[in-house]
Amino acid sequence: MAGARVIPLHDPERDAARRSRHVEVVPEPEQQQSATPDWERRLTDLLSFARRRIAGDYQVDEFGFDRDLTENVLMPPLKPLYEKWFRVETSGLNNIPQAGGALIVANHSGTVPLDALMTSFGIASEHPAHRHMRMLGADLVFRTPVLGALARKSGQTLACNPDAERLLSSGELVGVWPEGFKGVGKPFKDRYKLQRFGRGGFVSAALKTGAPIIPCSIVGAEEIYPMIGDIKALARLLGFPYFPVTPFFPLLGPLGAIPLPSKWYIEFGEPIRTDVFGENAADDPMLVFNLTDQVRETIQQTLYRLLTQRRNVFLG
Amino acid sequence: MTPKVVLVTGVSRFLGGHLAARFAANPDIERVLGVDTEPPPRDLLRRMGRAEFVRADIRNPLISKVISTANVDTVVHASVTASPAGPTGRTVMKEMNVIGTMQLLAACQKSPRVQKLVVKSTSAVYGSSSRDPAVFTEDMGPKDLPSSGYAKDAVEVEGYVRGFGRRRPDVNVTTLRFTNFIGPRIDTVLTRYFALPVVPTVLGYDARVQLLHSEDALAVLERATLHDLPGVFNVGGDGVLLLSQAIRRAGRLNLPVPSAAVPTVGGFFRSARLVDFSPDQMRFLNWGRVIDTTLLKKEFGFTPRWTTQQAFDDYVSGRGLKPLIDPETIDAAERGILDAAARFR
Repeated sequence: MAGARVIPLHDPERDAARRSRHVEVVPEPEQQQSATPDWERRLTDLLSFARRRIAGDYQVDEFGFDRDLTENVLMPPLKPLYEKWFRVETSGLNNIPQAGGALIVANHSGTVPLDALMTSFGIASEHPAHRHMRMLGADLVFRTPVLGALARKSGQTLACNPDAERLLSSGELVGVWPEGFKGVGKPFKDRYKLQRFGRGGFVSAALKTGAPIIPCSIVGAEEIYPMIGDIKALARLLGFPYFPVTPFFPLLGPLGAIPLPSKWYIEFGEPIRTDVFGENAADDPMLVFNLTDQVRETIQQTLYRLLTQRRNVFLG
Repeated sequence: MTPKVVLVTGVSRFLGGHLAARFAANPDIERVLGVDTEPPPRDLLRRMGRAEFVRADIRNPLISKVISTANVDTVVHASVTASPAGPTGRTVMKEMNVIGTMQLLAACQKSPRVQKLVVKSTSAVYGSSSRDPAVFTEDMGPKDLPSSGYAKDAVEVEGYVRGFGRRRPDVNVTTLRFTNFIGPRIDTVLTRYFALPVVPTVLGYDARVQLLHSEDALAVLERATLHDLPGVFNVGGDGVLLLSQAIRRAGRLNLPVPSAAVPTVGGFFRSARLVDFSPDQMRFLNWGRVIDTTLLKKEFGFTPRWTTQQAFDDYVSGRGLKPLIDPETIDAAERGILDAAARFR
């Protein structure tokens, strides 16, 4: 009982301290900082996060995106991978608008789609508006237990036109990897050669909503798991699109699943406007094909440029 | 056009009964007829006031006589249901849903006075799978047609309703595709499910659940009856809850069951008469379903008063569901840890 009486006395004080630091109106933040050390603030955040989770007191959007979980649990483990392991350098972040719908189109590679995770983390941490990229994924992802639920909670949705248009028209930043499994599971000898860009569905979604297309080129992801073989029979047995063989996997077992520490560059190109083609532009297949080719060509050329600038796969 | 004589099917259940009660309280409506195979519970009957109860089976051609002799001009078909009467009631339920609708529509077609038909359908017609878009609009169809159960019934019912609309173009047909209902008073599969102390879920899946407060459902049905609003409309509350989140909000514990064991566990709950989930509803627990309600707000002119979350919270507090872990214990634990931490500073 005595303990219970002590705590409420402490609480408003600490609350006020926290609030004042957030608003930065009180002119004595240094003294407050020393009053509550960093680890204690983090503990407070952690506990209030735990309380929210236990009570179910958080919001998810209609796609199942759980911002609270994504920012506090799913994103943080990517940080060391992004900063220390792959040492990702992003450029052209200013090409991503501060708000409003936009479609990021990128090359896909690396056997395991880490490139998508890194791009998403890069934008969330380095873009001034800290936007969450909503990616469009294959139905295999959503069919898989655990992975499917996690993908939805982290803001991903099925790659289909209704979902893409819905996200774009509600002003979200959407990411798409039009090469799909053809890109991510291509043999190492084909590295940095863009595969076919689907049927251009992403272009018609952008045309319908008038959202700009931002080409994104990723260099470095091709080398994380150099795929030198594909065990088709095993892939069919397990229902995977491919079963990769790398120099270390499955030879070294779980050790072989550690990605090679290549140096990454992610470049966002100039936005391509889609709102200048007028009404019903999405119904013009020739325009859709041309735009698809333009995006593909832009990404391919940027890849070549970035590759010529790169001296070493691992040192950059 | 305000209807003169309204016939409501399924009045011994929550929606039909309360709807009849609302019409009975409306002085503009001359006569309210309620049809069902069994009489409504006594408290519901009292609420229904001047509404007349007709004990009839809509599977029987007799319903035609009821409609023509009473000069019914508006039919509200609210008896299509997802909850079978018991462990063996599924065949009966299917017959009531499908054959009943066929007979009812045949009777409506025969009677020239019928001017309006309101059908309570369900968003289950969209199915539930991993290949579906995240949000369904009215013009979408299911990726794979539900092969059994309530969803299939609803798809067939809607098919017959469309056929009726073609044959009687002078009748205003409103089809309402509702999400799952929730509320302190209504009794559905879902309200029983969330009231279980330990709630079984499918391991590795977390469905997106959209709910509609039962009062909102009544208001929508009433509005469709009193105004001429033909068409197909999705009806659901704003916002989404994840299944795991809903279970936590209800203060329950969830018990993840591996997919392979789901039929066994489902069978146990069915035979224990706790919760009766049909296979298509099991799929709903995997993927969930979210519908777009723009048309409801813009064309139908109705915005639900409760969001999904508010409706669920109303259900939790209305049912007096006690959380297994007291929120105050959690608060105290949090304060205790912070206080201990402050001492280490």
